[in-house]
Amino acid sequence: MNIIVCIKQVPATTKVETDPQTGTLKRQGVEAVINPLDLHALEAAVLLKERYGGSITAISMGPPPAEAALRNAIAVGVDEAILLSDRTLSGSDTLATAYALAAAIRRVDSFDLIVCGAKTVDGDTAQVGPELAEQLGIPNISFVQRIDGIDDGRITTERVLDETIQLVSVLLPCVLTVTKEASEPRLPNLKSKINSMHATIKLLKASDLDVDHKRIGLNGSPTQVIRVFPPEKRKKGVMFGGLPAEASARLLEQLKKIKQIE
Amino acid sequence: MIEIKKEECVSCGLCAKACPFGSIDLAKGYPELRECRQCGACVEACPRKAIVIELKKTTLTEHRGVLVFAEQRDGKLVEVVYELLGKGRELAGKLDEPLYCVLLGRDVERHAKELVGYGADKAFVFEHPLLEERLEEPYSKIITALINEIKPSVFLVGATDFGRSLAPRIAARLGTGLTADCTFLDIDSEKKLLVQTRPAFGGNIMATIICPNGRPQMATVRYKVMKKAVYDPARKGEVIKRVAPNELLESRVRILKETRRDQKEDVVSAEVIVAGGKGLGKEGFRLLKEFAKEIGAMVGASRPAVEEGWAQYEQQVGLSGKTVSPKIYLAFGISGAVQHVSGMESSEVIIAVNKDPKAPIFDIADFGIVGDANEILTELIKQVKSTRRECI
Repeated sequence: MNIIVCIKQVPATTKVETDPQTGTLKRQGVEAVINPLDLHALEAAVLLKERYGGSITAISMGPPPAEAALRNAIAVGVDEAILLSDRTLSGSDTLATAYALAAAIRRVDSFDLIVCGAKTVDGDTAQVGPELAEQLGIPNISFVQRIDGIDDGRITTERVLDETIQLVSVLLPCVLTVTKEASEPRLPNLKSKINSMHATIKLLKASDLDVDHKRIGLNGSPTQVIRVFPPEKRKKGVMFGGLPAEASARLLEQLKKIKQIE
Repeated sequence: MIEIKKEECVSCGLCAKACPFGSIDLAKGYPELRECRQCGACVEACPRKAIVIELKKTTLTEHRGVLVFAEQRDGKLVEVVYELLGKGRELAGKLDEPLYCVLLGRDVERHAKELVGYGADKAFVFEHPLLEERLEEPYSKIITALINEIKPSVFLVGATDFGRSLAPRIAARLGTGLTADCTFLDIDSEKKLLVQTRPAFGGNIMATIICPNGRPQMATVRYKVMKKAVYDPARKGEVIKRVAPNELLESRVRILKETRRDQKEDVVSAEVIVAGGKGLGKEGFRLLKEFAKEIGAMVGASRPAVEEGWAQYEQQVGLSGKTVSPKIYLAFGISGAVQHVSGMESSEVIIAVNKDPKAPIFDIADFGIVGDANEILTELIKQVKSTRRECI
């Protein structure tokens, strides 16, 4: 079983602010970590490898510091790590990202399964997984909360689809995007952490890929962010204290005013 | 489309040398393209940047119309569809373009008339037993083919779990831009572009996005963000039945089993939510549930409360739980951390009860009570029950 896991390095905190003068994000001094759901994706892949054998390749598209996220991945059981890093890839929206990742994945010998986190904490779109699947011409199952197993070239998973929980069987190869219910990420032990420091990370540039320059980076991104701004703050309302009986009465009065609740 | 800026050209001839197809003719002193393959090699070769790529500008004007995906579940239209039609009608009006919708399913034609009543000028319907289940592959192929045919300028999809899995496939298939979870949509009348605003970084910032060259401009929108369309049974529109070719109906995904989630616990559609946080404690949650029952509200909870086991994950409100926007949100013993607030701040009215006057929840509450949540809940239950008794 050859599994590919796509990971992304994201800011450690989502408490970002906008610079009031330029209107751009203040990114200075923010620590970077592996996207939380990607840890669940990695664990799901490692569990499958432990069960069915094979190897796992982790791929990350990002600036050079993303290497740290890949070493993290190696420490939990990934066999190969690829960093796709190139200035021409910067400014990519989800379409351009999926396009570049697909091209990088095509360079890997062969794969049976691709696992990704359902979404990232910064972009929050949940789009790259399905877009990647479409670019590769394979099916995708999003929001997988449990992977049951593989049988006869098909993988069985459980996913939440709005008001239903579905047990789904998908032909391999496919893309699965996982939620945090899908697995319990293991912590790397000291030995594997040390080993990951010495591991070789393969570096790929845009020129190593079979890509159309018009479809990568800023050029290949149909969507453009034209403005970032802080959300509108709700104004503080009326406060009241007093004894519980009094306060409760006032609360109920308010409720009645807003909605009839006898 | 490759475009030549003649005024920048210095006739160096590097473009012709770079062209792998010999498509550049320099007889006139500036490049003329014959049978250009759009590879872009000349663009890179030109030292004066006199050759540029304009993405699909010429086809933009061909795109007209706002298309809405009419998602159905078990043969019924999903609630967000009515809101998309409401917004769609507004956008179509500003663009002076028609409003379309596309409905796929089995035995769903009867809804098409309803869609017209809610604003669609044309409702395209694809019926087939194999379309009964919502499956990404056949749905994305059929819808993409329709889009290539009718060429809408905007395509709106509800941000349901299915919509969030389907829309990106369609966007990738069409090579166009998709903006997820839009909270605001409008038309820039000058540029005739869809202006999309959405939260990012867990809601800590808002981003405004445009898609100048990709068509259609795609956006997903969550339920209860836009206003529902107004129904007019006398509205005139066309219902257009289409047959999907068999090749487009195949799916490599099979649904083996489907179970409905416990609807009783569904906070998302509740009008009134009574939520509890860590400050309540186990006993407090019992009171909370009783109060909720008395006033006919749904129970919600913060993440720490769910982690303590006082409430179920389905009741969790917040960044890693559900996003709700009820008419009234009552927060008991909830401090108001960003992660929780991001899941409920669009509630119409927020009432908070907390012991700590400095709790951040009070910054967003319309009404705040500083006090012991358990005591307040006990009083509330007492008062509601006695009022009821008085009525009898």
